[in-house]
Amino acid sequence: MSTLVATNKKGFGATLWDYLTTVDHKKIAIMYLVAGGFFFILGGLEALAIRWQLVQPMNDFVSAGFYHELITMHGTTMIFLAAMPLIFAFMNAVVPLQIGARDVAFPFLNSLGFWLFLFGGILLNVGWFTGGAADAGWTAYAPLSTISAGEGVDYYVLGLQISGAGTLIGGINFLVTIVNMRAPGMTYMRMPLFTWTAFVTSALILFAFPALTVGLFLMMFDRLFGSGFFDAAMGGNSVIWQHLFWIFGHPEVYILVLPAFGIFSEIIATFSKKRLFGYTAMVFATVLIGFLGFMVWAHHMFTVGMGPAANSIFAVATMAIAVPTGIKIFNWLFTLWGGRISITTPMLWTLGFIPSFTLGGMTGVMLAAATADYQYHDTYFVVGHFHYVIVGGVVFALFAGVHYWWPKMFGTMLDEKLGKATFWIFFVGFHLTFFVQHFLGLMGMPRRYWVYMENQNLDLGNLISTVGAFLMGIASIILLYNIVKTSIQNKKVGGDPWDGRTLEWAIPSPPPFYNFKQLPLVRGLDPLWIEKMDGRKGMTAAEPLSDIHMPNNSFLPFVISLGLFIAGFGFIYQKNDLSWLIVLFIGMAITLGAMFIRSVKDDLGYHIHKEDLKKEAEE
Amino acid sequence: MSEQDVLNPKHMPHNPEKATLEGKNKFMGFWFFLGGEAVLFASLFGTYLALKDATNGGKSSEELFGLELVFIMTMLLLTSSLTSVYAMYHMKNNDFKKMQLWLGITVVLGLGFLGFEIYEFYHYIHEYEFTMRSSAFGSAFYTLVGFHGGHVVFGLLWIVTLMVRNAKRGLNLYNAPKFYIASLYWHFIDVVWVFIFTVVYLMGVL
Repeated sequence: MSTLVATNKKGFGATLWDYLTTVDHKKIAIMYLVAGGFFFILGGLEALAIRWQLVQPMNDFVSAGFYHELITMHGTTMIFLAAMPLIFAFMNAVVPLQIGARDVAFPFLNSLGFWLFLFGGILLNVGWFTGGAADAGWTAYAPLSTISAGEGVDYYVLGLQISGAGTLIGGINFLVTIVNMRAPGMTYMRMPLFTWTAFVTSALILFAFPALTVGLFLMMFDRLFGSGFFDAAMGGNSVIWQHLFWIFGHPEVYILVLPAFGIFSEIIATFSKKRLFGYTAMVFATVLIGFLGFMVWAHHMFTVGMGPAANSIFAVATMAIAVPTGIKIFNWLFTLWGGRISITTPMLWTLGFIPSFTLGGMTGVMLAAATADYQYHDTYFVVGHFHYVIVGGVVFALFAGVHYWWPKMFGTMLDEKLGKATFWIFFVGFHLTFFVQHFLGLMGMPRRYWVYMENQNLDLGNLISTVGAFLMGIASIILLYNIVKTSIQNKKVGGDPWDGRTLEWAIPSPPPFYNFKQLPLVRGLDPLWIEKMDGRKGMTAAEPLSDIHMPNNSFLPFVISLGLFIAGFGFIYQKNDLSWLIVLFIGMAITLGAMFIRSVKDDLGYHIHKEDLKKEAEE
Repeated sequence: MSEQDVLNPKHMPHNPEKATLEGKNKFMGFWFFLGGEAVLFASLFGTYLALKDATNGGKSSEELFGLELVFIMTMLLLTSSLTSVYAMYHMKNNDFKKMQLWLGITVVLGLGFLGFEIYEFYHYIHEYEFTMRSSAFGSAFYTLVGFHGGHVVFGLLWIVTLMVRNAKRGLNLYNAPKFYIASLYWHFIDVVWVFIFTVVYLMGVL
């Protein structure tokens, strides 16, 4: 079959079309990586602008209004458009390989999830060019958000709604993939920890995102269609938004950080040359964190006035999360204990993560004490805390993951020297930026203020913080340079450059589009390592060589998402001028039409014949 | 399993909706999706309960709701759930014509429900000026019940599309999972309505 041979050399147009229509999880992973990386840079630039505004007292680098757009879009972009898709990049690139599957359960939906995310992210950012982006904070509390002038918050609502739908689809896809598509012998308790965390994260996505969906719908109805959910004048109640947002928002933190834990667990076992210590406890802790993650949302609302009973319950539940998290920290340390440790770049990030994240966890317990929280609330102490967990946990994991799985995704190895330079500069910059923020907060500096006054003991701390932020910027540039350099040199490495333990390292890098020629037989935890210890080169096949069923490419996911993107403008601008309803109808017609085509047109996929697989092996 | 085996199976297994890996995936994925939908409606119910007394000087739920109409609607939708079970029973027996017949009855009952709901909304808006914009109670009512109504519309379009698309070729292993999850969706809509009937109407009047 021609598809096997002709994948090597293609023109630009053909390559572009291939990516627009692909349903291959490995290519979708690359698209998530590129798009998420782009938004990470964008959110990073917004962060640098924020820090530059705060570099000295009473600075006038940006206006107050623009500053609020910056903080809102920085938070929203980093959480929804950078961290989430980058997590999805690794889930797509790695999970099917780790469980020995040829693709995800729903390749078409996988592609749809990506395009919904991308179009939603673009829509969110269109606000910059149409008179101002969203400016009500990333949490968009009502009534600030419902009365915010202009269309910025409308873009926030519609953009997040579309990209959130994509995330939900992705979550369901991974749940089914992990339940139904595991290779023979891959029982639940043999799944690598990254797959486990991806599984729990997907469950969290499934049960958390619909609350955001509803919250965004209510806000959309309030802003665009005159309803009164959050409008006290009509009997509405703005605290409902806070509940809905945090019922989603707190699990979202675990949605981000659990896969980060998974990435570190893989890396720490690989580079300690040891089986992960306390694997069962790690799985248990992951599930427990996921479960408790739904019980603590109101700790974001201690100062709202829910009363001492509610505050106490949520405070205790929050502190309880420290227990499974502590289990994880100790298990990582015990995995290192007595291991044959090699300090590679991914390992450096992991070793840097453990103390950094633990600091964030400790301030988390401080914040969980409801009475003390009245003092910390809405100060830079909180900003310091969540950047310690999100950057020290999630971003460190993403950098570690990029270095660790780059060879698997692209077949080349990122430069180790540059990688270590990235780590050290980022690590120092990170602590400079956020450590002092705890003290700024304790001294009373409120978050989201665009200026502060001289001689209030805030000058030096803010200067240090800004210097640190620019160090993180420099580190990110070094990583970009590393990626460009590696891509130009294009020096291929083998399928298993790190002497890995899990299934993804048992196949070539980058993997063939069907992943496994024959599904592997899994004989235990760390299946590849077991085979290596028994003196075999690779996995034993669980099936004879036979035809492989593959899904067809499709352009429809792109069209469905494009339709919603167009409809978004109609939804927003019909509030000023009803003739925009035409745009709304055109967009929805495109989306529903494409869905209709998908429904009535048979899509059975195709087969790679075993003769072709044999022929390919001989070449 | 080749394309021919899927589209023209030599014999239909007893559970055709789960006979292929794709079918199994669809079946499980849709159950997960319904889990997410349950959270969506739970959020809407929570919002409604928080705002149901915020009438903003307008009519309250006791004054608005009439149980007679809602009882008929409930019966229509509950019956339609039963008829979709019959349809799935005939699907498992590979009796395509009877499946289509029962699905057709399901659609008719669904349309009946929808007609009454449109009448109900029309009635509230014109007789009582009770709208989405009149009070927070109105916003919450129309959003919760309207989301359910929107699900009914989507479900009807979905089932009709499947019936028309497959009218000529009958059942196979490719479309059986599609019919099956459409019926799952229909049951879910019915379950949500039972909650709406209880929480919105019964608790609103009693």
